[in-house]
Amino acid sequence: MKVSFNWLKQYVDVKLSAAEIAGRLTMAGIEVKSSQVIGADWAGIIVGQITAVNPHPNADRLTLVTLELGDRQETVVCGAPNVAVGAKVVYAPVGSKLIDGHTGESAILKPAKIRGVASNGMACSEKELGISESHEGILLLPSDIAIGTSLTELLGDVIFSIEVTPNRPDCLSMIGLAREIAALTGESLYLPEAKYAESGTSIKDHVTVEIDDPDLCPRYCASLITGIKIAESPEWLKERLVSYGMRPINNIVDITNFVMLEYGQPLHSFDYEKIEGKGIIVRRAKSGEKITSLDGIERALSRDMLVIADKERAVAVAGIMGGANSEVSENTSSILLESASFKPASIHHTGHALGMPSEACVRFERGISVELTIPALKRATQLIAELGGEHVAKGIIDVYPGKLERKSIKLSTADVKRVVGLEYSIEQITSSLTAVGFECQADKGSSSVSAKAPYWRTDINIPVDVIEEVARIIGYEQIPTTLLAQPIPKQNPFLITALKRRVRNIMVGYGFQELVSFSLTNLEILTKLSPGSRKPESLPVHIANPASSEQEYLRPTLRADLLSALSSNKAYIEEGLRLFELGKVYLAKEGNLPDEPEMLCGVLYGRRLEGWWQGGSESMDFFDAKGMVEGLLEQIGITAKFEKSDDESLHPANQSVVIAGGKRIVLVGELHPSVSEHFEIPSRVYLFEIDLPSLLPLIKQKTYHTIPKFPATIRDIALVVDIGVNYQQVLDIIRTFSLVTDVALFDVYAGEQVPAGKKSLAYRLIFQTPDRTLTDQQVNGVQQAILKKLKSELGASLRG
Amino acid sequence: MLQRLDELKQNAFRELEVINDLSNLESWRVRYLGRKSELTNILRGLAELSLEERKSAGALANHIKNELDSLLNQKTESLKAEFQKQVLRSDESLAARGDITLPGRPIPMGRLHPITETLHEICDIFVSLGFQIMESNDAELDYYNFEALNIPEEHPARDDMSTFWLDYEDERGKRPMLLRTHTTSVSARCVATMKPPIRVIEPGRVYRYEATDATHLTMFHQLDGLAVDKGITMADLKGTFYEFARRFYGDGRRVRFRPDYFPFVEPGVEVAVECALCKGSGCRLCGNSGWIEIGGAGMTHPKVLERGGIDPNEYTSFAFGFGIDRIPMLRYGINDMRLFFGSDLRFLRQF
Repeated sequence: MKVSFNWLKQYVDVKLSAAEIAGRLTMAGIEVKSSQVIGADWAGIIVGQITAVNPHPNADRLTLVTLELGDRQETVVCGAPNVAVGAKVVYAPVGSKLIDGHTGESAILKPAKIRGVASNGMACSEKELGISESHEGILLLPSDIAIGTSLTELLGDVIFSIEVTPNRPDCLSMIGLAREIAALTGESLYLPEAKYAESGTSIKDHVTVEIDDPDLCPRYCASLITGIKIAESPEWLKERLVSYGMRPINNIVDITNFVMLEYGQPLHSFDYEKIEGKGIIVRRAKSGEKITSLDGIERALSRDMLVIADKERAVAVAGIMGGANSEVSENTSSILLESASFKPASIHHTGHALGMPSEACVRFERGISVELTIPALKRATQLIAELGGEHVAKGIIDVYPGKLERKSIKLSTADVKRVVGLEYSIEQITSSLTAVGFECQADKGSSSVSAKAPYWRTDINIPVDVIEEVARIIGYEQIPTTLLAQPIPKQNPFLITALKRRVRNIMVGYGFQELVSFSLTNLEILTKLSPGSRKPESLPVHIANPASSEQEYLRPTLRADLLSALSSNKAYIEEGLRLFELGKVYLAKEGNLPDEPEMLCGVLYGRRLEGWWQGGSESMDFFDAKGMVEGLLEQIGITAKFEKSDDESLHPANQSVVIAGGKRIVLVGELHPSVSEHFEIPSRVYLFEIDLPSLLPLIKQKTYHTIPKFPATIRDIALVVDIGVNYQQVLDIIRTFSLVTDVALFDVYAGEQVPAGKKSLAYRLIFQTPDRTLTDQQVNGVQQAILKKLKSELGASLRG
Repeated sequence: MLQRLDELKQNAFRELEVINDLSNLESWRVRYLGRKSELTNILRGLAELSLEERKSAGALANHIKNELDSLLNQKTESLKAEFQKQVLRSDESLAARGDITLPGRPIPMGRLHPITETLHEICDIFVSLGFQIMESNDAELDYYNFEALNIPEEHPARDDMSTFWLDYEDERGKRPMLLRTHTTSVSARCVATMKPPIRVIEPGRVYRYEATDATHLTMFHQLDGLAVDKGITMADLKGTFYEFARRFYGDGRRVRFRPDYFPFVEPGVEVAVECALCKGSGCRLCGNSGWIEIGGAGMTHPKVLERGGIDPNEYTSFAFGFGIDRIPMLRYGINDMRLFFGSDLRFLRQF
């Protein structure tokens, strides 16, 4: 909200500077986001009076204007058409900082000869002064302004940009803000007095008001002014509206806007002659009812919207916007002025449903006081009577079915201390509350107070609301700083939280760069994960109101973003790249919140090590990816068995999976060539994926084994097996012998030296037992038993 | 005999002089001092000699043995030293031909994302203050995101948090599920499911339906915190935040608490730290205010506690929340938030 400091000063004495006031307001919860100083560069610019206008000797369209400046006279060259002897204008001496009327840029005024005649300074337009865009002529000032008055004094102002929190609709007004300033500085507040003469018969003889839905309209007030002459508003009124950023329209509309800004109460003026049956009915819209609003757009209304109607039709959408059918026009002669109160939720709903967030809507939906209606109505009636009307009908309409008594809230010094942590005296409490308009009653010597909030403070409902007022007015900076003294509560940390950090650190150790990508994705990119470009079988979680078609679904996988990342970083394909993301995927559960397991996905391609001056390194392959996965699992304490796998995105021959509890919890493989192609990655890509929550139950507690005192025996055996027999099968058999404490594969061979259809697997076996040195005979015995079992179960023979 | 001993000694001395490696020295040792050496034999045979001869020969033989032993030790030391010198000399001459400023063998360098690092750093501080990390769903019920936090339907505070809704309508035609607009939803869940005393922090992703630009994205990160116990006050909230800020931003940075409004707290607080760039004097970065807003906080609203089944007459509580993404932006001078969620390594490798 833009707020003119000058305007505010109409209602409150201010001894502090604009910057100090901005600071005080901000520290009291009314944030002044920024301040724009109008006239910051106006030093030396003063009011002068034209004493002579002479033609320029060398140019028809220029004149030589002589100005009386009080202490001196100056002659300037002027191109404006509106120069006249006697006029009061603005004179800027050489050296002033002005806006160039043509380029719009700031420039220092230089001494100049214009068509051969020296111009000592200039007479300025509004644009040149930075006040407005007007540059048709020079700025003409009212004749009563003294010659020599500085422009800063005359038109200088500071425009605050204030962000009012939703709980303080009372501060969406000049008077509301002035009240705060008065409370914060201890200065006096001045409220306008609404005095006007009434004549003729009572308003009740001219119009009736009925409220059909008192729950949506607790109060409806109105006045009637006749003999209206629609005209342009006076300068002071237009200036106020412009300072707020509103466009002046005519005296009536401007007055209702002005009073809304002054009091915070939206008003609406109807052309009384257009009210059918001279009766106002506040009711819900009928189904199918339509209204053309002031902006000329036809609006379809629904049963949950409140309208202001006459006997025939809706004439306004309550609290949002008037109807064209009852609009004030040039021919209007009588005005029915509405000042009403509407239920905030209803206004909010209607405003949003119709897409009409108006100034009125913003104030109503935040819950302005029901009691604001009368002072605002009287103030506007007075101004209309003064500026555009002849007669005000006697009395006002005040239908008030929703009257609420304001309750007192009792508060003790202990209550305040319990929340704030600081003991305030009852005097401090009472005086800070009184300053913001509370009525306080405290017995002498008592430690508690009964506080009744002023009518404009609709946000005060329970004791803690009052406590905040005390803390706010005394200042949060007074509150001490203490650390929690209570014992630390019992903790049950989530295992997954610690696991995630562990896994991230391991991945970083393995040389992976972490990525964080959006949770929202689209079907197009997910489709790329299928070699045959099929859409996902079950649709991911869909967003009802996506911001763009790129972000329509919650991601069911991390793969797509990582592969896109590899693709967009092709520059690194030579030196090799390892990327991972650890984050949630979202799995739809019809009618329920989705499952959100934390997944790890890693992708890699290119060289194992980046290029070096002593030569390069080989390309990474499937076993790099698998080695990383195995290393990761071992580090977190998981023994995993890999099996054949059939993930469609991966190369059918080069993928492996760990299954636990019927669930695929670890997957590693080479990307399917078609998928690489879809993502435009011109290289083999390896990918792994780990379901972290599923790992948790598999993590084995680590236990200490005594370091063996007795030496181990090492035996190498080379086996010849059928090509279909795998490493794991052999390993599983060897591992059944307890004297074998470690097994390592050291060679795999298939070729000339073994029969066709066979391959050789060479294992190094470590035999050891903690309590003695094994003899050769003992080891031989076990080795024979192993070979026998391998032979009988896998058909393995020793390689000759 | 004595003559023989003297000869032996002379021979040994002469031979030792020309030995210049450890293996020759070893054969010298075997020859003159070994178990089968002549000297050992003489010493062993002393008993068979006459007393006279035994005395003179024994004394001489022992003297020679000691002399040779000590010479052996000296020679060993000097040969070892000489050998090491040689190794160094040859290494040096090799190195002199090379260039020790040449780059080392590269190792693949992994890095955490700057947002992850920031979250870890912040979580660690709060964990050390006794807060437990809680995590919950990104997709959330309207109830925990809004209703439970005093933001009923048609509350204007909903307008400031434009919401993504999951495409599902209940039997009343309402959409009950959304993407959480703040991690305060996790606080609402904690209030509803935990028993006091409670001290938790809640990091996570949040979502807002916003037009995307350099400082606004549809997804970003927040961290909320909640403490519920008997006797918790605003002074504790202030103290906790000051302690956090002191550890995170360093000792010198001032912290500002000022009134603000959030529907789920009363009193409400906006927390700001002194602008690091201008040190509080006002600059473009801080919009001339000298302060950078880092988060919101306050005393948990009694209705929020009540709704979760906690008696506000018995317990008081503070809650806070702040945006994460802005922290590394300010720290590293990053001017476009979108860089975080892209995959540009030219950006990510800077951290």
